[in-house]
Amino acid sequence: MADIKGFLTHKRKDALYRPVCERVKDFDEVYLARSEAQSLVQASRCMDCGTPFCNWGCPLGNYISEWNEYVSVDKWAHAWRLLKATNSLPEITGRVCPAPCEYACVLGINDDPVTVRENELAIAEYGCEKGLLRARPPKKRTGKKVAVIGSGPAGLSCADQLNNAGHRVVVFERDPKIGGILRYGIPDFKLEKSVLDQRVRVWEQEGIEFRTDTHVGQGVHIETLKREFDAFCLAGGCRLPRDLRIEGRELEGIHFAMDFLIQANKIVSGEKIPEGNSLHAKGKRVVVIGGGDTGADCVGVANRQGARCIIQIELLPQPPSCRGENMQWPKYPFLLKTSTSHEEGGRRYWSVMTKRFIGKNGRIEKLSCIKVGFDPHNRTLCPPMREIPDSEFEIEADLAILAMGFLQPEQGLLKELRLESDSRGNVKTDVSYMTSQKGIFAAGDMHRGQSLVVWAIAEGRNAAYYIDTYLMGTSSLMPPYGR
Amino acid sequence: GDGAGILIQMPHEFFREVAAEAQIRLPGKGYYGSGLVFLPRDRKERDFCKRVFLKAVTNEGQVLLGWRSVPVDNTEIGNTARETEPVIEQVFIGRNRKLATDLSFERVLYGIRKKIEHTVRCAGLSQQSFFYITNLSCRTFSYKGLLMPGQLKTFFRDLGNERLKSSLCLVHSRYSTNTFPAWDLAQPFRFLAHNGEINTLRGNINWMRAREGLLRSEAFGKDLKSILPVIVPGGSDSAALDNVFELLVLGGRDIAHAMMMLIPAAWQENRFLSEELKGFYEYHSCITEPWDGPAAIAFTDGIRIGAVLDRNGLRPARYLLTKEGLVVMASEVGVLDIPAQEIIASGRLEPGKMFFIDTALGLIVDDEKIKEDIARRKPYHAWAKEKIVHLETLPAGLKASERPQEAIPLLLSSFGYTREDMRMIIRPMAAQGQEPIGSMGNDVPHAVLSLRPQLLYAYFKQLFAQVTNPAVDSIREELVMSLSVCLGPEQNMLTEGPEHCHKLKVDQPILTNEELSAIQSIQGNGFKTKSISILFNAKEESDFLKRLTAICKEAESAIRAGYTFLVLSDRGSNEQYAALPALLATATLHHHLIKQALRTQVSILLESAEPREVHHFALLFGYGADCVNPYLAYKAIASLCDEGDVSVDFSTARDNYRKAVAKGILKILSKMGISTLQSYRGAQIFEALGLHQEVIERSFPGTVSRIAGADFKTIARETIFRHEQAYKRQDIQADLLPHSGLYQWRKDGESHLWNPDSIAALQDASRTNDYARYKEFASCINNQEKGPVTLRSLFKFKETKPVPIAEVEPFEAIARRFVTGAMSFGSISRATHETIAIAMNQIGGKSNTGEGGEDPVRFSPRANGTCVRSAIKQVASGRFGVTTNYLVNADELQIKIAQGAKPGEGGQLPGHKVSATIAKIRYTTPGVTLISPPPHHDIYSIEDLAQLIFDLKNTNPSARISVKLVSEIGVGTVAAGVAKGHADMILVSGGDGGTGASPLSSIRHAGLPWELGLSEVHQTLVLNNLRNRVRLQTDGQMRTGRDVAIAAMLGAEEFGFCTSVLIVLGCVMLRHCHLNNCSVGIATQDEALERRFTGRPEHIIHYFRFVAEELREIMAQLGIKTVDELIGRSDLLALNQTILPWKAASIDYSKILYKPNHSSGQALYCTQRQDHGIGNVLDMQLIEASREVFSQKKSVAIQLPIRNTDRTTGAMLSGQVCKMFGEEGLPDNSIHCTFRGIAGQSFGAWLAKGITFELEGMANDYVGKGVSGGKIIIYPDRDCRYVPQDNVIIGNTGFYGAITGEAYIRGRAGERFCIRNSGIFAVVEGVGDHGCEYMTGGRVIVLGDTGRNFAAGMSGGIAYVYDPNRRFCKRCNLDMVELETLDMQDKELVARLLGNHVRFTKSALAATIADNFDKEADYFVKVMPFEYKRALGLGVAKAPAALAEISDG
Ligand SMILES: Cc1cc2nc3c(=O)[nH]c(=O)nc-3n(C[C@H](O)[C@H](O)[C@H](O)COP(=O)(O)OP(=O)(O)OC[C@H]3O[C@@H](n4cnc5c(N)ncnc54)[C@H](O)[C@@H]3O)c2cc1C
Ligand SMILES: Cc1cc2nc3c(=O)[nH]c(=O)nc-3n(C[C@H](O)[C@H](O)[C@H](O)COP(=O)(O)O)c2cc1C
Ligand code: SF4
Ligand code: SF4
Ligand code: F3S
Repeated sequence: MADIKGFLTHKRKDALYRPVCERVKDFDEVYLARSEAQSLVQASRCMDCGTPFCNWGCPLGNYISEWNEYVSVDKWAHAWRLLKATNSLPEITGRVCPAPCEYACVLGINDDPVTVRENELAIAEYGCEKGLLRARPPKKRTGKKVAVIGSGPAGLSCADQLNNAGHRVVVFERDPKIGGILRYGIPDFKLEKSVLDQRVRVWEQEGIEFRTDTHVGQGVHIETLKREFDAFCLAGGCRLPRDLRIEGRELEGIHFAMDFLIQANKIVSGEKIPEGNSLHAKGKRVVVIGGGDTGADCVGVANRQGARCIIQIELLPQPPSCRGENMQWPKYPFLLKTSTSHEEGGRRYWSVMTKRFIGKNGRIEKLSCIKVGFDPHNRTLCPPMREIPDSEFEIEADLAILAMGFLQPEQGLLKELRLESDSRGNVKTDVSYMTSQKGIFAAGDMHRGQSLVVWAIAEGRNAAYYIDTYLMGTSSLMPPYGR
Repeated sequence: GDGAGILIQMPHEFFREVAAEAQIRLPGKGYYGSGLVFLPRDRKERDFCKRVFLKAVTNEGQVLLGWRSVPVDNTEIGNTARETEPVIEQVFIGRNRKLATDLSFERVLYGIRKKIEHTVRCAGLSQQSFFYITNLSCRTFSYKGLLMPGQLKTFFRDLGNERLKSSLCLVHSRYSTNTFPAWDLAQPFRFLAHNGEINTLRGNINWMRAREGLLRSEAFGKDLKSILPVIVPGGSDSAALDNVFELLVLGGRDIAHAMMMLIPAAWQENRFLSEELKGFYEYHSCITEPWDGPAAIAFTDGIRIGAVLDRNGLRPARYLLTKEGLVVMASEVGVLDIPAQEIIASGRLEPGKMFFIDTALGLIVDDEKIKEDIARRKPYHAWAKEKIVHLETLPAGLKASERPQEAIPLLLSSFGYTREDMRMIIRPMAAQGQEPIGSMGNDVPHAVLSLRPQLLYAYFKQLFAQVTNPAVDSIREELVMSLSVCLGPEQNMLTEGPEHCHKLKVDQPILTNEELSAIQSIQGNGFKTKSISILFNAKEESDFLKRLTAICKEAESAIRAGYTFLVLSDRGSNEQYAALPALLATATLHHHLIKQALRTQVSILLESAEPREVHHFALLFGYGADCVNPYLAYKAIASLCDEGDVSVDFSTARDNYRKAVAKGILKILSKMGISTLQSYRGAQIFEALGLHQEVIERSFPGTVSRIAGADFKTIARETIFRHEQAYKRQDIQADLLPHSGLYQWRKDGESHLWNPDSIAALQDASRTNDYARYKEFASCINNQEKGPVTLRSLFKFKETKPVPIAEVEPFEAIARRFVTGAMSFGSISRATHETIAIAMNQIGGKSNTGEGGEDPVRFSPRANGTCVRSAIKQVASGRFGVTTNYLVNADELQIKIAQGAKPGEGGQLPGHKVSATIAKIRYTTPGVTLISPPPHHDIYSIEDLAQLIFDLKNTNPSARISVKLVSEIGVGTVAAGVAKGHADMILVSGGDGGTGASPLSSIRHAGLPWELGLSEVHQTLVLNNLRNRVRLQTDGQMRTGRDVAIAAMLGAEEFGFCTSVLIVLGCVMLRHCHLNNCSVGIATQDEALERRFTGRPEHIIHYFRFVAEELREIMAQLGIKTVDELIGRSDLLALNQTILPWKAASIDYSKILYKPNHSSGQALYCTQRQDHGIGNVLDMQLIEASREVFSQKKSVAIQLPIRNTDRTTGAMLSGQVCKMFGEEGLPDNSIHCTFRGIAGQSFGAWLAKGITFELEGMANDYVGKGVSGGKIIIYPDRDCRYVPQDNVIIGNTGFYGAITGEAYIRGRAGERFCIRNSGIFAVVEGVGDHGCEYMTGGRVIVLGDTGRNFAAGMSGGIAYVYDPNRRFCKRCNLDMVELETLDMQDKELVARLLGNHVRFTKSALAATIADNFDKEADYFVKVMPFEYKRALGLGVAKAPAALAEISDG
């Protein structure tokens, strides 16, 4: 039996990474695998709470305390069985999830939280390595057919669940490979693509059909598909980037982060790159505008591509490094995060507004910036700001990457289907994830706006439940929480 | 005056005279029968009754001689009595000369009475309730009525008449506790008077009913049908017992014999009984189950008179014998004034024993003699030996018909098994043989409200004994418990023969598969098994009820075809066929067969996949199952073993599981004060919550179900839904069971009111003093539309004219009504305990010590003025730290009768958790286990409770006394008794309240929500004009202003909070309180963890401000300005029909919302103070005489006479001493009081240091309870002739919870001497059963015999027993102690105490021993608890017996 006093004897040990000097030289994953023995110890810190806030914090409602107990007593297969019940892609969340569960962990109130994400990864790795991740095609087929459009985490988990329920599922993806942002956004050093490949192979064996290079709405017409399919799930992501419409924006050398990352990912995987290789950071002075996670990924990639120097600027002030009064436990706090990419080099500036791009010969040369100030008493996330007089300065740059987030989904297909959208331009659905068109459902970033992988998975699974219910009258899939 | 009466021999001389006056000529003695008849006041109806008499008498061939109107004087009787007073006449019936014997005449009179009763009952008289025949007999006569004992003589003028004579006399005074007072319920009944309560009544009545079909008797002839039903409906438990006793006696059995059948001694485990007697008991256990419960019963047939005590001896009965040959037995000594020189013997009735006098022979017949005599009248022992078949001896059956590879996970989920069942319930049972323990309350929906399919078991709540009868300790007093059952058909109970005990005896009713198959394979032998499937077609809802009916039919024809065992089986379920709820099938069949009078001809065995928890089994037995084979639970265990989740092998795991179930069932029985499964079976000790009347009537008749709810259709749907879900789910998730989220919250589990959102909101709000955030919290709790949890969530407030909020009384006025509940220091950390006290003292509310005592340092304010003292001091059964000083430092003293999370259960703080600090505060030794007994051993009845209230009030007259009860059906009647017993406040705790540690099954399944209990109590008190004398408080899952408002409207004036306050202080519902592992430093004693505590008093204050503010808003909305005006306004509440969940569509709250008409002028809240009657106690004189001690610290000697009406002598004086001088008290012997006479109960209670009490005479129960430093010396009156060491000088339960001090008793003590002694040094010359039980410290020397079960649960202290005849070993319970010889130190101590004993009491016995001590020392046995030995560092002792890890709180 697990030791309920584990947390008193053992301290949290954070993930270990390969040394910076070594890892910046390649695109391999930055993590150092944790030993099984370490996993047992770390899992034993879990208190098996009567009210596991971790379970509340995890959008998937993973059975964290239960699998922690199994890990702590070296029962990996049991843990795997529990993990896969709620999570369609544990090997992915185990790598890239920012782990809201850990911020909610009860142990985090007055101690360091349990290493939930790493424990999850350890279980997932065990499952993948020991062959527990294997095809288990559904026993019965319903005769219904569903089209899932988009192969990001939302689309994939929706497809997985629908397939489990016995429906025939076809996933349409306009890109050459499956995975959405997992494939083309998140760099390899955070998520090696073989992980994704292994999963996709299993799903293929289970009977899910993947149609890549198929852009629904362009080439394949949705009306034609309607004849073939009984229901649709739109999971096209939220890809329209926020732009910075200031003087000099038209200069060459200013790119959206996604474009930069897609290209970088393709290079790593050896995919064909369009001519005119301008999107490489080698030897360049790189400025990443936007202080978020996407920006951080760009920093990491730029470093590996051999940038001369890297500066990341953010409009907002530097966030606190520990919880303030307005970010009490167990809420997911807005804290200063230093990612592995930041450790690898580059500088970060806060409270900086970019006023102008200044260029020469149509190419960017520098940015003109100014410091901004915020009312310290206003604790909202978007406080009103003012420019600080006489604080202008310039930053030299050969490559400016705009990583300022995403506004809304691409509208083409949505327009064509004449779907209603919400105030932010995301696809509007009723509580059962159905869009204004009967039989057409939406999930993931396309539905809830720019978000996280774990939310995309949750959305995909929820949508699957409602699609199943829509098709069959009832559903035995896991229902969404709070329903 | 709840009723009193007297039963005497027929006063023939007297009647002849008075009858003559009424123109009636009586024949000779024995040739006529007579009795009082209560008649309607209405003339016509009265005449009708008399005509019925005439006809019945004539039809039976007897002569109605005439009626005499009985002279009564009703000027002194109470109001209720006068309102219901019948016309009382006496009837005379002449005996037909053809009847040869008295007995045959008695039988005829019985028949006549039965027929008349029946005819009148069916006649539909408007004043039928007035009609009652007391006793028609030619041998005995009784006078009784709704009177006080003292009023008997004035009311019945006959009784004042000198010529009325009898050589025996049975008097009873009733304190009604389970039914309301009425004329006809006054006792004695025809044959007996009963002090106690039959806990198994429902079952006894049903079984009697079932047996009626088999009754045949030559004595009664074919007339027998006309005496049915044997038990008259509507009577009390005692009346029912009398009915059956009467049948047996008139059927031809001796009175002693009949009593031995109905109230058998605990014989199974008794090493002192002869084989014949055991055989007698075993034989008769095949004929009838015991009538179980605390009982002292006196019975007579007019010539012989006897008395018995139940097996637990839970009622006192003392007797005196005089030189003249007068025997007086009563619940106390001293009720009659008998000069000391007259007394030649003083004794007491012992548990399970009988006291018997034959007036014809002029003899007292010894218990052993009479029983052995009866046991040998027929070859019972031989019959039992020959005819009873034992299960173990059956040949193995055919291999149990295992279906090859049933899909276990699928089967498990189709029967609703969850991961929690496997992990939290079955695993600990299988791995350790223990029932799982948990902490905190039950905050999930009631079954009828839950949106998830529930098993039918979840609709039932376990009932438990509170106040009116004590729970039993099934672990420490195992010798009275028994789980064995006899299977097979019964015979006619009016005859005797070998065939009566041809039964299959099963020692443990949870059958293994092998055992079941052995039974099924029995060939011949008169036994035959029939299997009946309880599967129904799940595709057709209507098949549910059809199948239920068919089962009954199939069973009937099986019985007619001679089958003796019916096996209800749900084996073989599949996608199409689902199982009926096993409980429904069992109960329906059981009742069907009772109705058909067929039930006793078969045994019902259940082979079911469904039961897994202790609660399930208890229900199945409670509703009639004889044995249960939980085959799927075994499979679940097998799979746990296979997967390595349980590390023992399967058969060990299965046996562990069965052991755990057995223990759990015993505990459930014992909570109700029941000792044997045989009498629990069919006793239906449950209340249904949320079942429709149609279900109750058909399947669970006699069960209370107050809010209606799910009907058959709903149950069918729920069953089918669960079944279908399982089959559908298996395609997707075959390898994983769902999680129920009952014991631990889960996102996909059952909803909890304490969940991450509500916890976070409450913590934020109270830390940042943010009312808006509090409102978010309140709305999480108050709006349960999406998934109702509590009964109160379905209320809505009616619209009325609002008032401005400014006019509503302010926070300060409301805060006085807020208290925090009892949470012991021990269950929560010191920091938490003190933070709560500081906050409550600041807002003018009250905090509570809980049951673990309090550090005296906290009694005075800190240097900075902060007050950390808990205003309420709890007094619980363990009496830990309940010193005089503790009592006087309280504003309220709370007697804890029950706690919602574990009503009727004791607790245990294992030795390794008793730290130095805890030990200090509880006055014990670190490392020594502390056990709280299930009952207070000084509260076995409501009179006892009144006595304890009196004791406490005496000790601290300025404190109010409160009593904590738990909600269940009948709590209203109990509360009325408590109010009459002078409690100032009654707390009705909800069954779902928090706990520091309790069995999970008790947390979930025992006790009812306060909405039901509170409203019942409030209504009962109003109806009985008691409401204005007592305050009401309620607690249990109280969180918001809305909760408070509803509690007030249902009748509460004060409100208790526990868990919510802990949440405010940082509790996050870890639910590890029982593991000492609270990571936020609340429920822990671990210093490292305690340091993590961050709660502040301000947080609590903020929270209570918010609650009050929300309450004020509601009050403003309702137009009510003060809480007092809100109390009892249930008319402002209504059921919110719009949010009823599907199963609760027909729920009915009218019983909760009922607003009784109260007499005008009576307030609906407390407006009067109780009169405690402490104004003229003996202590007033003592205090007066000790004036100089108080003023000048001089010493005084006082001499006073004493009598049994002087109760609690010494307590008030001691309270004064402590108030003045603190815990230190006075120098030794500062106050020396010498009394002569018979002391009343609680003599020397809480005697403080510096006071010596010397008593020449005798004392009653509870001598020296809680003694805190005083010295008590008792020896017989100088005029007495008897040998002290052979006679009883003090009553039961002496020195209960004594803290320190000395006691020297020359003579024997009753049961439970020095129980829960923490430190007193006592010498006594003999003790009854259970001596030194639960003792944790001190030294006890016993110079004479001990009773059985000595040292049970004794974890500390040492006893020295003088045992020259080497008899002691067999009488000692060796679970926790070992027996040793005395070492040097021991000898010194014993010699010193013996010396004192001789000096103080002049004991001749002690003197002889002391004179020869060198030799006599070898005859002493030292009783040494292992743990104590270890704690004292005296070497490595044996490991303590494995006991459940239950801590207190
Ligand atoms: C650079 C970057 C890094 C991130 N890092 C993290 C991280 O570390 N952790 C984390 O939790 N979250 C991270 N996120 C966020 C996360 O990746 C997204 O929230 C998530 O991938 C959304 O999943 P989705 O399935 O809704 O959409 P996407 O992953 O965007 O997938 C949508 C897919 O649909 C396809 N598609 C769109 N329209 C059509 C069409 N008409 N026909 C066919 N196919 C179509 C697209 O090609 C794409 O493949 C990151 C995001 C970015 C941009
Ligand atoms: C940790 C803890 C310890 C408790 N200890 C005791 C106790 O010693 N005596 C007692 O009568 N009740 C005890 N209780 C029960 C409370 O007094 C109270 O009746 C109950 O908790 C009220 O329900 P609530 O917690 O939902 O407010 C305890 C409760 C808790 C949570
Ligand atoms: S998916 Fe993310 S939030 Fe959920 S358990 Fe894993 S790391 Fe935590
Ligand atoms: S909240 Fe933390 S400690 Fe508690 S169960 Fe979850 S992971 Fe374990
Ligand atoms: S439930 Fe108990 S263990 Fe601590 S967090 Fe709460 S007090």
